[in-house]
Amino acid sequence: MANKKYWQSFGELNNSEAYEKSISNEFKEELPFESVDKKGLDVSPASRRDFLKYLGFSTAAAIVAASCETKVRKAIPYVNKPQDMVPGVADYYATTYVSGGEAIPVVAKVRDGRPIKLEGNTLSTFTKGGSSARMQASVLDLYDTARLRQPMANGNGASYDVIDRDIKGALAGLGAGQLVLLTSTIISPSAKQVIAEFLAKYPNSKHVQFDAISYTGMLLANEATFGKRAIPSYNFNNAQTIVSLGADFLCTWLSPVEFQHGYSKNRKVHEGNVQMSKHFQFESMMSTTGASADERFVHRPSEAGIVAAALLSAVNGQGATGVSGKLKTGIEQAAKELVANKGKALVVSGSNNAQVQIIVNAINDAIGAYGSTISWANPILMHQGVDSEMVSLVQDMEAGRVGALMIYGANPSYEYFDAERFNKGLKSIKLSVSFNDRKDETTQLCKYVVPAPHFLESWGDAEPKAGFVSLIQPTINPLFNTRPFEESLLRWSGNATAWDVYLKNYWIAKLGSQATFDKALQDGVIESPAAEVAAAFNAAPVGQATAAANAMKQQGGGEYEVVIYQKVGVGSGKQANNPWLLELPDPITRVSWDNYAVISPALAKKFDIDLNDRRSADRYEVEVMKPVIKVKVHGKEVELPIIVIPGTQENTIAIAVGYGRDKAVGRSVGASDGGVLGKNAYPFLSFNGSTIEWNGKAEMEKTDKLYKIAQGQTHNSYEGREGVIREITFEEYKKEPNTIFNERKHELKHFVEKDGKEGDIKDFAKEGTLYPDFPGEDQPGIKWGMSIDLNSCFGCGACVVACHIENNVPIVGKHEVARYHDMHWLRIDRYFSGNPNDAESIQTVFQPMLCQHCDNAPCENVCPVAATHHSQEGINMMAYNRCIGTRYCANNCPYKVRRFNWADYTGADSFPNNQQPLVDEGNLDDVILMMNDDLTRMVLNPDVTVRSRGVMEKCSFCVQRTQAGKLEAKKQNRLLADDDVKTACQQACSADAIVFGNAHDKNSLVSQVRKQFNSRLYHSLEEIHTMPNVSYLAKVRNTAEISNEGVLGTIIGGHSEEAPAAAAHEEHKG
Amino acid sequence: MIDHRATVKRILISALFFLLLSVGNKLSAQDGKAIFQNNCASCHSVFKDLTGPALGGVTSRGPWTDHKKLYEWVHNPAKFMASDPYTQGLKAKFGGVVMSPFENLSEKEIDAVIDYVEKTAKAGPATPGPGQGTPGAGGAQVLDEKDNSILYGVLTLILAVVAFIMLQVNSNLKKLADDKDGLPAYETIPFYRNKSYITLLTLVLFVIGGFYIVKGAIGLGRSQNYQPEQPIFYSHKVHAGVNQINCLYCHGGAMEGKAANIPSVNICMNCHMTINEYTESAGKLYREDGTQVDGTAEIKKIYAAAGWDATKKAYTGETKEIQWTKIHNLPDHVFFSHAQHVNAGKVQCQTCHGEITKMDEVYQFADLSMGWCINCHRTTKVNFGGKSGEEGNKFYSIYEKFHDDLKSHKKAPGALGGDSVIVAPLRDSITVADIGGLECQKCHY
Repeated sequence: MANKKYWQSFGELNNSEAYEKSISNEFKEELPFESVDKKGLDVSPASRRDFLKYLGFSTAAAIVAASCETKVRKAIPYVNKPQDMVPGVADYYATTYVSGGEAIPVVAKVRDGRPIKLEGNTLSTFTKGGSSARMQASVLDLYDTARLRQPMANGNGASYDVIDRDIKGALAGLGAGQLVLLTSTIISPSAKQVIAEFLAKYPNSKHVQFDAISYTGMLLANEATFGKRAIPSYNFNNAQTIVSLGADFLCTWLSPVEFQHGYSKNRKVHEGNVQMSKHFQFESMMSTTGASADERFVHRPSEAGIVAAALLSAVNGQGATGVSGKLKTGIEQAAKELVANKGKALVVSGSNNAQVQIIVNAINDAIGAYGSTISWANPILMHQGVDSEMVSLVQDMEAGRVGALMIYGANPSYEYFDAERFNKGLKSIKLSVSFNDRKDETTQLCKYVVPAPHFLESWGDAEPKAGFVSLIQPTINPLFNTRPFEESLLRWSGNATAWDVYLKNYWIAKLGSQATFDKALQDGVIESPAAEVAAAFNAAPVGQATAAANAMKQQGGGEYEVVIYQKVGVGSGKQANNPWLLELPDPITRVSWDNYAVISPALAKKFDIDLNDRRSADRYEVEVMKPVIKVKVHGKEVELPIIVIPGTQENTIAIAVGYGRDKAVGRSVGASDGGVLGKNAYPFLSFNGSTIEWNGKAEMEKTDKLYKIAQGQTHNSYEGREGVIREITFEEYKKEPNTIFNERKHELKHFVEKDGKEGDIKDFAKEGTLYPDFPGEDQPGIKWGMSIDLNSCFGCGACVVACHIENNVPIVGKHEVARYHDMHWLRIDRYFSGNPNDAESIQTVFQPMLCQHCDNAPCENVCPVAATHHSQEGINMMAYNRCIGTRYCANNCPYKVRRFNWADYTGADSFPNNQQPLVDEGNLDDVILMMNDDLTRMVLNPDVTVRSRGVMEKCSFCVQRTQAGKLEAKKQNRLLADDDVKTACQQACSADAIVFGNAHDKNSLVSQVRKQFNSRLYHSLEEIHTMPNVSYLAKVRNTAEISNEGVLGTIIGGHSEEAPAAAAHEEHKG
Repeated sequence: MIDHRATVKRILISALFFLLLSVGNKLSAQDGKAIFQNNCASCHSVFKDLTGPALGGVTSRGPWTDHKKLYEWVHNPAKFMASDPYTQGLKAKFGGVVMSPFENLSEKEIDAVIDYVEKTAKAGPATPGPGQGTPGAGGAQVLDEKDNSILYGVLTLILAVVAFIMLQVNSNLKKLADDKDGLPAYETIPFYRNKSYITLLTLVLFVIGGFYIVKGAIGLGRSQNYQPEQPIFYSHKVHAGVNQINCLYCHGGAMEGKAANIPSVNICMNCHMTINEYTESAGKLYREDGTQVDGTAEIKKIYAAAGWDATKKAYTGETKEIQWTKIHNLPDHVFFSHAQHVNAGKVQCQTCHGEITKMDEVYQFADLSMGWCINCHRTTKVNFGGKSGEEGNKFYSIYEKFHDDLKSHKKAPGALGGDSVIVAPLRDSITVADIGGLECQKCHY
């Protein structure tokens, strides 16, 4: 491994004084002692007498509070208990997560009638039990306080009878006005039938599908080149060379859960499998997928067409034309690899421009991707909306041609780029109906609101991929007076059948019998994949597309350009009122709760932030207040704070959609100053005549405003300790697979050496310890261990959200995150290396960091009340009731994984309503109260304690799951098996990066993985002899060399023993 | 599970053991008893008709004189009945209810049940004796509570008075002696103004007061002997004691999950569909305040909850939940699973809940304090599975190394080895504590 300098922030990179100061205190705030004048306790306002008074009062108060009569508790059994239901034991139901067009087969854990956790359905052969952050978080949307509780007519509550009568009447009297059903992509086959019946009943009608995140470019390109307006499926597991042109396929593009699994398959390098796929990324901003790429090149957003065209010509052997410099070399290199791996190569593009996608299709055709890495057998159906239909609908609305508009799943008043015109049109329509579940931007303007239930309360089906159906069944009685959208359409088309009966009949007719339907419902999935079909490529449109792509630069290019993207948490904004998603830090910027303008270090200089200059870098870095700039695109202006991210193309500004919502969407989108969090970036999109473009020319202006940004990670510093992450190039690995192992051996040799003879690294546990009788391997029973593969971690955050849900981890709000009071038990650290001024040199590593459950834990020794200590099973235990909040343990933890409850985030304290004053004072965000609403609290896991103020907490290895798993084995009178215990993070991961189990069992998965991947195995900060039970597998990057341009463009060379930080210091002096 | 030897000290307990041994002739039918309680007791009693006929003297009735016919019947009642007029008659008599098949009962097991039934029938309707699975220690603990503190108190008081008198006598004598010697006498201070006495008294009061304050503070939130009045006078003595219904028949959740669960009304109705009056088979029932309970009226309350019309023998569909008062409450930060203790650990219900078979209205037997839990974890031996497959849970075979330690007389784990001077006692058993049963996060997470 090269001696590589990793940094989380520019302060760490520059090693500046302010940064040093900021990390020297684990807890940055002074304790609020009253003796502010520092004259000692004698004259302090809190005198000895006061102390005695407080003591006396609190003792008396405690006695009064405690001696109150014990509460009488009632236990009310069922009158007639359903047979297989045992109160206190969870039941699992297969259903499907749907949001807009996205769908993931899931299994819902229902505890005493309440769904509390979703897991991927392992019976689905395309998601293979994977999950995403949004799917994990969607269970909270069920208990969202902002959901509408009843149907409404003209802003007032109304009954369904009245609404049905009025709407039927209005539909009958439409006259010449057209009836339009506007939805997001419908992937339910039965709902499609209902829609067809409804439209048939009203002849002058049509169905328009509008997707906030449009894939129209792909649909049109495939129509032009294959004659199919569809999106094929992509088999990343077959691809040895992957070239992505701005597609964030691991986190947001198309079907990331499926792609993560396939992609990671070819990245799991071990001694017996020395091969690895190679991934090139060409993009304008630092995307999460780009961060995982082996080779990454940047270009202007307007050059997307030229890059695609150049790649095509290079693949065809004509060299990369129209580009120059590093980009040209990169394209030629990528083309060479693509051609070399013909039939095992894949090119994807995130562009929504049909011309670019036609070129990409031509490249894929040239490299033999169709039939191997791209399949037309089972097209992806999740995105069917065509932009031009929506544009013409808005024109129709303005011209008064639309008499009735019914909206379901779409929110054009927020998501449509020209929402103003849409709103104007909507207001003039006679009959407007919304089926959305809350008063979102569009619903507020509709005359009738007929709220549809959450998917966990509904019957339904979904077909995300042709031939792969997943059924939806209710897991709880509807919480509110809602009605399925399908049932409303059935009523209005004169069909009295209830929706659940309709759906059942539909599937029984298809499947043949009630029994097969019941089986399908139990499994959740019905899969009948089609055989591979050959599709003839029509090369005719390619020439014209290449010309158009080359012209894009002249038309679209400006001095500065903007690119609009989705964050992995919030995405398009469909689940905008979900605090779990809002507090999830962005994998690259590590910012939660807001959106912002991402700019490059070069552009930052324009705003007086010179990252080479320590003073100005510190002003930007150490302060939570970030400078605000004015961005103007297509004549529309917003003010956004800036975040400087290396690896961003020099003149590009990247802005995420999904923020800047209306306050009626929910309590968590509001800011403490009365405004809302973030700004809406959808208005920056534009229509080019056939598709909506996600980039454009931008103008920028400095302002003198500052804006508070809640950015994590910069405060958790390892203070220059090496060995947190390890990385190796694939070239090096091929030459010597044991490089990492040898390195560890070298580092630990002083401990294991005996009589001058080289020792075994395994003896480090015994030889390195201060305690002579370290129990070690002799201990019988269970020893929990976890292995995390850095090669398979893409930072998507599904595990972080899963951990939140499973362990009742509190949400703290933006204000608290900005004070570094975030509570994530599991965080995904992001490390950069390379030269910030050279975007291509930036390499990124993601590392899931959680309690390492050290056998020799530094935190355990310092607790004065023994609230944290070690179990025989290797778990570093936390007894919340013992903890008195000294925070010594957190101070002594080298991994910075302990979290302190600074305030009563969960409402667990004895005194009620003690959060309200803090919220009123502005010291806590309103979202705390939202999360403590009786409705929201239904999502809490009853097997895990909610922690109160003043208590330390951290990852417990999901101890409630290990205990339950052991009990399950005991109940069945057998040994523990791997499937009995899975931690929440492990189960959530689509790429199988996390493996957990009993390390004492030689046949357990974790033991097998540790053995098989021994050449890459290491423990974080191993040299300090903490003996963690979490092991990592080193990152292997498929490059010839690790980017070694260290600090400020200088190369850290020299002796391996020399600390990089010290080296950096010297370099700078010189 | 419970270490008897420690408590077997008093003659009374020896007598109790003698009593238990004297009924040792029942042991051969012990298996039958267990099978009976697990499978049959929900519908059959030995002495009287429940949902099904009384089983006492069954082998002398109808076709049952031939044991083979009995096996056929138990394995497949419907098939047997098709060709048997006797059982057809029984069906008519018992409201059209046919027995469920028990295919998994072997012929030997059926014989054991018959054996048990016959022996019990011969012995006659028993007065509520030691209920099923009553641990010997259950009774012992009750007897243990004989209190000598009054005796000690009186003795202390007498001694204190004697000491006081002696002191007074001493001071008077000293005064007399001083007078005699002509020494100037100090002014006599009455004892209640004597500083030594006051100091002593203050100290004594402080110690006693402190003791009770600490004791009271520790007891806060604990509710041993809590015996609330329930909405229905449900007598465990009648059900689990006299009629010997297995605890798990109603509290089946104890095998599955963390809560044993109060049974739903439909479980009550399994039997009470036919048992509609209380015949005082277990004697008259009295509340704690001495008033008599009308058992039949209490059964009617179940009907009201289940919506059962006893005259029409049909459900009306109008149900009403029963709001029982929860007796055993654990704090929110404690995770307790019945399945772990009852299913995996094979702990008897009575170990924690006391002699439930003798309670009319249930009270909280144990104080449910952490010390009480810990003590049991310290003494309870792990339910190991043997290689030959005898009783025990196979899960625990991962701790087999402890067994080897036991055989080779090794020290307990955690003890310092090598040159250290601390030598742990030899291991003679493996307790729950040895496999991590005292760790915080076994119960608190």
